[in-house]
Amino acid sequence: MSSVANIALAGSFMASLGTLLAGALALAQRRFHVDEDPRIDQVEAMLPGTNCGACGTPGCRQFALTLISGAKTPDECTVATRDAAQSIADFLGVAVGDHEKRVARLACAGGNHVAKNSAQYKGMHTCRAASLVGGGGKGCTWGCLGLGDCADVCTFGAINMDATGLPAVDAALCTACGDCVTVCPKQLFSLHPVSHHLWVACNNRGFGNAEEAQCEVICNACGRCAMDAPEGVIEIRDHLAVIDYRNNALASPDAMERCPTGAIVWMQNNGMRKGRDAKKILRRAAL
Amino acid sequence: MAWFGRQRNTFARGIHPPGHKETEAHPIRRLDFAPRLILPLNQHIGKPAIPIVHKNQEVVRGEPIAKADGLFSAPLHAPATGRIEKIDLMPSVKGPKVQSIILKVYSADDQRVRYERPRNMNTLNGSAMIAAIQETGMVGLGGAAFPTHVKLAVPEGYAIDYLIINGCECEPYLTTDHRVMLEWTDDLLAGIAYVQQACGAPRVLLGIEDNKHNAAARIAARLPADGNIEVRSVRTKYPQGSEKLLITVLTGKEVPSGGFPYQVGCVVQNAGTVALLGRLLPRTQGMIERVVTLSGPGINKPGNYLVPLGTPMDYVLEQLGFNGSAGELILGGPMMGTSVASLDVPITKAVSGILALTRETITQQVDGTVYPCIHCGRCLQACPLHLNPTQLGLLAANRDYQAMQDRYHLQDCFECGSCSYVCPANIPLVQYFRIAKAMLREQVA
Repeated sequence: MSSVANIALAGSFMASLGTLLAGALALAQRRFHVDEDPRIDQVEAMLPGTNCGACGTPGCRQFALTLISGAKTPDECTVATRDAAQSIADFLGVAVGDHEKRVARLACAGGNHVAKNSAQYKGMHTCRAASLVGGGGKGCTWGCLGLGDCADVCTFGAINMDATGLPAVDAALCTACGDCVTVCPKQLFSLHPVSHHLWVACNNRGFGNAEEAQCEVICNACGRCAMDAPEGVIEIRDHLAVIDYRNNALASPDAMERCPTGAIVWMQNNGMRKGRDAKKILRRAAL
Repeated sequence: MAWFGRQRNTFARGIHPPGHKETEAHPIRRLDFAPRLILPLNQHIGKPAIPIVHKNQEVVRGEPIAKADGLFSAPLHAPATGRIEKIDLMPSVKGPKVQSIILKVYSADDQRVRYERPRNMNTLNGSAMIAAIQETGMVGLGGAAFPTHVKLAVPEGYAIDYLIINGCECEPYLTTDHRVMLEWTDDLLAGIAYVQQACGAPRVLLGIEDNKHNAAARIAARLPADGNIEVRSVRTKYPQGSEKLLITVLTGKEVPSGGFPYQVGCVVQNAGTVALLGRLLPRTQGMIERVVTLSGPGINKPGNYLVPLGTPMDYVLEQLGFNGSAGELILGGPMMGTSVASLDVPITKAVSGILALTRETITQQVDGTVYPCIHCGRCLQACPLHLNPTQLGLLAANRDYQAMQDRYHLQDCFECGSCSYVCPANIPLVQYFRIAKAMLREQVA
């Protein structure tokens, strides 16, 4: 046989095999077709697509499924803007929901201009690594190390390290995904609804002059906030003021006015206010 | 180097850091009592001890001041006669503050041990011996501080063939076990008999690195005639003193991944631990002091000192003279020890040495620049457990901790630091692994 015939034979064989298998695939596609709610794709397209998991489902598609089943409301996606959530609600014909926006809050105000270091850490520039070497060298062993693991891990650029080496959370950008909560080796972050205005920016469980010498904005467990707040809002536990947010409705800025160190603050509109008796911190440079 | 199979008297891979055993000829001396002793309640692995004293109570040297919380715990004894100042949070080596008993020492007291009585050691059988060992509050003095009695209480169904006494002391600088084996030889042999009684091992192997010939020779000369105890010289190499590696070297058996030595019929005890037990048990005394190597270029009077537990670092440095600019203080050896962040940190049961480095020595040796991994594979040639630090390091950089655990046996790594030591790119591999382990622990919790 000539080589041309060989090529023609092989070519036609492959072509007919291809046609046969394509036919089988076309048949199978028709036979095994699964009808899927077309809204899943449409809702997923309307979601931000970050797959951050802040809503409690493994990703945006799963969240779209729960939206259609009615188990969750559109505003539980903390990344989508209010308008985007509203348009999903309109599209599905459901209520947008009344979940309150939550933000990450840091329970420490000991920047390097007010808190001392007992040792100088040298090594990998992460809080995790530092905390494994004698706790990181900060005088207050509970306090923020300021090496910015939280700023690194934040997908949304909501955390920036400020001039004093503390992470500043931009409430407008924060989606409460909880990555900073997991990454912080000192467990200083927690997620709170924005209506939790009263906030203890300290996590120091120690007591006495030695602790107060390490940081100027320490909660020294004097108890004035607990006295000034309505019953059941603040109590002193382990030498630290602890706010019971179940009674959040009763909280008012009065509770923090007499705080001598300014450890307890009033958070509102992306800013924080200290009481009138809080000592004035004039220093700006690092200690 | 052997070409095939096992190497003689050592394990495969590992590293040879400079020994720096400058203090090996310094006899053990006693350090004075500090005016104030800080005694953390968790000086051991396991549950913290429960204080049985109250504020302002007077205690005599050797008196129990905290009791063990269950089996997996160890009691504490007063290292000096004095008054309990308070029980409060104090800085620890690891960082977080821990509950500690603070003891004000009576400086006028002669500090004799008043809380002891002779004990007839012949009447103690296995379980009574283990209980007696727990009463001493003894923990592994090599650095891990694992309660000794827990290691000796072998679970049912396992027979122990060998008691292995670990006299390797492979960490650079440290010479405590060396001095103890030389000076407390009789206590060591007595301790071996007690520990043998407790775990029921018919044979004893003493593994000593070949840079401590004088200690090996001295022990060999005093061995009992029955021939149950054998002194074996092993090659000087880091980390020869790792429990699982020493078992393999001396017996040829391999402890399974995630397993315990008793599964291959072995119990391993540090030589210093056994020697101290040999001193304490016949007197019914608790552990109140330990031998600590104080060394490094920053210390004026280096040596091996018998230090009361709870002595704060600043007192030790004041006594021995800390020269040069303040550099770095390491509790333990330079390979596996930890830098301290506060001078209030006390000497605990786990501290085998204090290494004082001056700023000059650190800057000479450390170039902080980290270069990218070029897959040269030197860490693979160093890892004594045949892990793959290269791959583990790359996964750690991507924060894929689960894969490190599931596919690359992260939990078998005992953080000897050989990989970081040899890495030409200065990649802090062992630090990555410690972070990974910490993250995985938190995920479980």
